[in-house]
Amino acid sequence: MSRALIELSGIVKRYRMGDTEFEALRGVDLQIQRNEYVALVGPSGSGKSTLMNLLGCLDTPTTGRYTLNNRDIGTLRDDELAAIRNQEIGFVFQSFHLLPRMTVLGNVAQPLVYRGIPLKERERQAAESLRRVGLGDKLQHRPNQLSGGQRQRVAVARALVGNPSLLLADEPTGNLDSRTSEEIMALFDALHQDGQTVVLVTHEPDIAAHCQRTVRVNDGRIVFDSAAPATVSEVAA
Amino acid sequence: MIIVMIESLRAAMANILANRLRSFLTTLGILIGTAAVVAVVALMQGFAQSISAQFADLGGGSLKVEALNTRENRLSGDYRYLKDSDLDLLRYRVEGVGHVAPIMAAPLGTASHRAETATPFVLGITAEYQMIERRFTRLGRFLVPADNDTRRRVVVIGDKVREDLKLPDNPVGSYIQLGREWFKVVGVMESRGEVFGFNQDNYALIPFETARALTGNKAKVDFEINFTISQLDEVEAVKARVTRALRINHNLKFDEEDDFEIQSPDQIAKTFEKITSMGTLVLGGIVGISLLVGGIGIMTVMLVSVTERTREIGILKALGATRRDILVQFLIEAGLLSLIGGLIGIAIGYGLGHGVAALIPNFPPASVPLWASLGAAAFCAVVGVVFGIMPASKAANLDPIEALRYE
Ligand SMILES: Nc1ncnc2c1ncn2[C@@H]1O[C@H](COP(=O)(O)OP(=O)(O)O)[C@@H](O)[C@H]1O
Ligand SMILES: [Mg+2]
Repeated sequence: MSRALIELSGIVKRYRMGDTEFEALRGVDLQIQRNEYVALVGPSGSGKSTLMNLLGCLDTPTTGRYTLNNRDIGTLRDDELAAIRNQEIGFVFQSFHLLPRMTVLGNVAQPLVYRGIPLKERERQAAESLRRVGLGDKLQHRPNQLSGGQRQRVAVARALVGNPSLLLADEPTGNLDSRTSEEIMALFDALHQDGQTVVLVTHEPDIAAHCQRTVRVNDGRIVFDSAAPATVSEVAA
Repeated sequence: MIIVMIESLRAAMANILANRLRSFLTTLGILIGTAAVVAVVALMQGFAQSISAQFADLGGGSLKVEALNTRENRLSGDYRYLKDSDLDLLRYRVEGVGHVAPIMAAPLGTASHRAETATPFVLGITAEYQMIERRFTRLGRFLVPADNDTRRRVVVIGDKVREDLKLPDNPVGSYIQLGREWFKVVGVMESRGEVFGFNQDNYALIPFETARALTGNKAKVDFEINFTISQLDEVEAVKARVTRALRINHNLKFDEEDDFEIQSPDQIAKTFEKITSMGTLVLGGIVGISLLVGGIGIMTVMLVSVTERTREIGILKALGATRRDILVQFLIEAGLLSLIGGLIGIAIGYGLGHGVAALIPNFPPASVPLWASLGAAAFCAVVGVVFGIMPASKAANLDPIEALRYE
């Protein structure tokens, strides 16, 4: 338990496109401790989403080593990765990614299906998670009956429902106006207060300002880390 | 796993209901296939029941000897007949034979009475006919041995003949003509109604010897012999004895084939079984083809549906669904779709079978055994699952990131 929650070393991610290869990540080393609140920033196309997808076990690095919660992710099979996504990780996306035909309650309860939890218990936990994000009165609504901010709250509730050790959010406020963005960020702040580890991607400085630590990515490399010795930040500047 | 399956079933149901028209069209092939099969099975079953009822009714308990004519001797004109002496042989010389009755067709021509005409089957028979066929008179009397011995011109008619000739309600004592010959009506048979639209009462019975005298060639008369067996469990033994006696009487050498044929009810049953099993084979073909077509329909639409739902699949994978979870979900959806199609098809086929049976007079109500219906439904589900494998594995193997990015 002495080790960091996340340890990345020498992470390289190459995409094949026909017969050319594109290196989206070019050697990333990063450690994140439990209950850190980290903002990943950087220009568009710099590799932030690629990094987030690796952290979320939606993808695996071409080379390099990723240890999450003391487990070496590189050695896991496909179904073991699915289990990690289900139990260790809560993912919030820019475009919400809710299931349109299901109720809000059903959406939030869905991850628990893959844990084999019976319906009643699923719904109890989902309702509790929705109350946590302030949507206790919208359980039977459909996603298209909600505002953007409310939909993103549902997505956060879904990410939280399984008590993940890591909450990841890729531009969670990208589709929201600034007032709603502030509400969502207040929610993340509160979760962090409660001990949740949060890593989010953002373009906007005032969103990043909510976090305790900022990591800047450029061209597939980490060029600045507010938690690192000053020399790195001087290079970035 | 159980939870995933229950949830998949619920999701599949919701999906099917959300796209009712599409689901219906998807499963239409299965639906039509099962409907056709169930309807045909129902009708076949009814047909089989009706046929065996007919056999029991038409003296199924008696055996029949007739001359055996191969194609060659038919073509060469060397026609074989039973001998007159065969009749007495069976009557008096073979142990275990009960009643013996010769029957010959007597093509005397049209029946007429005053200006009315009818075209009955005219048979030359003896008094024993009644005992073998178990048909009895409604009015008057049946033919008696004396009618035969003295070649009387008397006739017992079926009800249809009475109607066609516009004879009085009780025609006993009337005279009718068969061809040019005059006959006195001595009896009217009990009515037997229709079977498959064929009237069973359009016949006239005259004494065997009268028929023989009136149809020319005395030496060679094409007749057959019906006989009963005193002890039913002796059928095979009696058949063997009759065969031996007839072979001797026909002077057949040991290496010559029989020139006659003994037909027993079980032979008729065997012929019928052959027809039924042919029908089953044809039916199997229909089932196979229709379910293949139905299965391909399901596969096609499921493939489209997987593409449409790529993002949804990506979301589920991001939430922790394994390949197997996704596979199970789509297999259950395919199976359920085709099960529903199958169930509707069974209901329609059942209705169709009953409807058609009701339109055919004297056709018993069609019956499909419950196990057959349940089996068909289960089979449909299996077909759905099998044809769902390809779309389902396509869904299961989607890359989560690419699936999430899919528009
Ligand atoms: N599946 C892929 N195939 C090929 N190239 C990709 C793929 N995903 C991302 N890229 C490329 O990798 C680079 C980083 O992308 P991404 O991580 O999405 O950037 P960001 O989220 O920082 O905008 C981009 O140049 C992008 O075009
Ligand atoms: Mg991005």
